[in-house]
Amino acid sequence: MHISEGYLSGPVLLSSAVLAIAGTAIGLKRLDYEQIAQAGMMAAVFFVAGLIHVPVGPSNAHLIMNGIIGLLMGWSAFPVILAALVLQAVFFQFGGFTTLGINTLIMAAPAVAVHYLFGPLISRPHKTGSVAAFAAAATAVAFSAVLMAASLLFTDEKFWALAGTTLVVHIPIMITEAIIAAFCIGFIKKVKPEMITGKTVTLKSSHSVIASQPQEKRSCN
Amino acid sequence: MIEETFAEGKSAIHRSNPPLRTALAVIYSFTVALTNDTGALILALFFSMGLALLARLPIKALLKRLGAAAGFLLFVWLVVPWTYESDVLWSFGPVAVSAEGVNLCWRVTLKTFAILTAFTALAATMHLATLGHALHSLGVPSKLIQLLLLTYRYLFIIETEYQRLYRAAKIRNFRPSSNIHTYKTFAYLLAMMFVRASERAKRVYQAMKCRGFDGRFHTIGNYSSTVWNPILCIGVLLVSAVIAGLEFTS
Repeated sequence: MHISEGYLSGPVLLSSAVLAIAGTAIGLKRLDYEQIAQAGMMAAVFFVAGLIHVPVGPSNAHLIMNGIIGLLMGWSAFPVILAALVLQAVFFQFGGFTTLGINTLIMAAPAVAVHYLFGPLISRPHKTGSVAAFAAAATAVAFSAVLMAASLLFTDEKFWALAGTTLVVHIPIMITEAIIAAFCIGFIKKVKPEMITGKTVTLKSSHSVIASQPQEKRSCN
Repeated sequence: MIEETFAEGKSAIHRSNPPLRTALAVIYSFTVALTNDTGALILALFFSMGLALLARLPIKALLKRLGAAAGFLLFVWLVVPWTYESDVLWSFGPVAVSAEGVNLCWRVTLKTFAILTAFTALAATMHLATLGHALHSLGVPSKLIQLLLLTYRYLFIIETEYQRLYRAAKIRNFRPSSNIHTYKTFAYLLAMMFVRASERAKRVYQAMKCRGFDGRFHTIGNYSSTVWNPILCIGVLLVSAVIAGLEFTS
């Protein structure tokens, strides 16, 4: 999900860059130095996930996974996604400097939204958690597609056909991503629940799973 | 495999100052992106090609990269001329091609190729570690730079890990197609990557602490000045000014 160089108008590029900078600033502020390795690693996984092509009907699509990044990272999704995009620009020239802002915004804003909308529900047991993960990933992709279409429409109202096609193309991707995200979150919850329940995985809690559960923590203190 | 195709080289651009190059790439990219004058855009494309020649970029690899961008451009060419409402250039039964739509497609095409070629010549000709240092010296917050460099450092490891997991799945006769089993397999594969990445991050942070990481970041890059620094600087700024001038007078 990228807008390449040369499509968008000045006002759209600049205003989205301002919003992306604001989001990144908030994300960086909330990211402790203790979590910086964690964030870098997540950005690397996000980058690699973008290279995985999954069959969707007769064609295939690459994963986006901004929903999962949002659920795991919250506001830090902004700097994490920005870092991954810079790497993509340098390695593959998917975009350059002028579209970093809009592309960060397209993927990170939905990630943060999903974090607030579905984050509390994810840690619920069994079905509720899976349904929340499904809904989170679907919402993230849908919101991203809407932002992408909006950026084209704000550039030129007559881009309606292009914007509409962008939306339609993302429907099968949205469903595929949602299915994958539901299984993915289910797996993480079984294998390493503190990645989802405990907000931050710091050194103190790193050796015991129990320590990151709030109730136990209280009794320790 | 992920590679930095253009980073190695001994050309004039490869040897010039990375922060300067990065700043010039930003200025030039934005100038071209904000231009709508076709003449100015043609000039920009030629200048970008000149930069590519100066950087002695491997033509084949460059065309391959631009080809990836051309995919979406093709889509734009297929959609916009028929659906853009303006004066009709020529009509074919119920289908009308709009003159303004075709013009727009040309401008977008010129812009995309001009900006991406210049970006490749100026910015993709340095390793990411160098770009990180360059961005740092241009005032990007050091926390973001550290994040960028950590991502760069572990990207190749995570990618190898993915290849390993995928190979293990293939050995067990996994053939991707559109069904739940495939999605489940990819989901578990991805989840395993997240879990292992998180574990690795913990170990990395411990190692960083052991080596006295205090939240600061030290740059050891020291770039010698070459005669190309001022030439590149004046050249890019001059062309950007001409492009902006053409845009304003048109």
